[in-house]
Amino acid sequence: MNSPLDSVTLFQLGPVPITQAVLTTWAIMTVLVLGSVLLTRRLELSPGKRQAALELIVDTMDTQIRETTGAEPAPYRGFIGTLFLFILVANWTSLVPGLEPPTAQLETDAALAVLVFLSVVWFGVRGNGVGGYLKSFAAPNPVMIPLNMLESVTRVFSMFVRLFGNVMSGVFVIGIVASLAGLLVPIPLMALDLLTGLVQAYIFAVLAMVFISATVEDGQPETTEDAPATSLQKKDP
Amino acid sequence: MDYAPLASIFCAAFAVAFGSIGPALAEGRAVAAAMDAIARQPEAANTISRTLFVGLAMIETTAIYCLVIALLLLFANPLLA
Repeated sequence: MNSPLDSVTLFQLGPVPITQAVLTTWAIMTVLVLGSVLLTRRLELSPGKRQAALELIVDTMDTQIRETTGAEPAPYRGFIGTLFLFILVANWTSLVPGLEPPTAQLETDAALAVLVFLSVVWFGVRGNGVGGYLKSFAAPNPVMIPLNMLESVTRVFSMFVRLFGNVMSGVFVIGIVASLAGLLVPIPLMALDLLTGLVQAYIFAVLAMVFISATVEDGQPETTEDAPATSLQKKDP
Repeated sequence: MDYAPLASIFCAAFAVAFGSIGPALAEGRAVAAAMDAIARQPEAANTISRTLFVGLAMIETTAIYCLVIALLLLFANPLLA
């Protein structure tokens, strides 16, 4: 049985080995970009069916961002929405026979996690300046600085392992079951895998949003107490 | 006889078996608490289930870590290289 930890090189592009996962990622990127361009080519003020459906999707994402973090969704919509759509499509590529989700490989998830890490820095600096971003490490008080610095790396690492573990274990279990028992047996597991894929995409996007908005809020200059907190902190009983 | 492969196979099985006990209990408690909250306040069901999903994913991560350790032992074991 193939190890789920290493990836199969299909061909070399100069010195760079191109794996199955990279090819699938490129295909997904092409589909998403072309699809978005084609679908949003003629936007009108009074939407037709196609545009109404698209607006529904965007509006749902906005609502989720607003409800989970209390932040205005406009600056984050692009990044978080793309993250969600990409991971969702990537997790569901297992529906296409012969393809493995690129998120079942370590590299793709690591790249996504690095993106989230960089975006936390980017949004933190853009929201409050470099000083404000550095100040966010000293929240709630300066004793926490080493822990906060450690946390900014470990939380991203745990996102990466979580996505990888969930998607990879789904693929792995289906592989084992398919090799043991015949034709129709893996189908319930595949259905479960679709659900896991959706939930993991949602969670990845929500956690990225929570990290970003927590950094932005921590870096803000002293404000009143009723500033919107993140949902994880606010809604705990 | 070389005991390293045998030991790593056993340890992988133990890691998954015992590592999943804690998260399973924790997820059970989390879901039970969420059901309780929804029964008390059905109008907050959306918020509760959204927070529940994120929380469950957090809890599940510990089990996933065990799985990753087990897979490392089985497929990328530094001692067997």
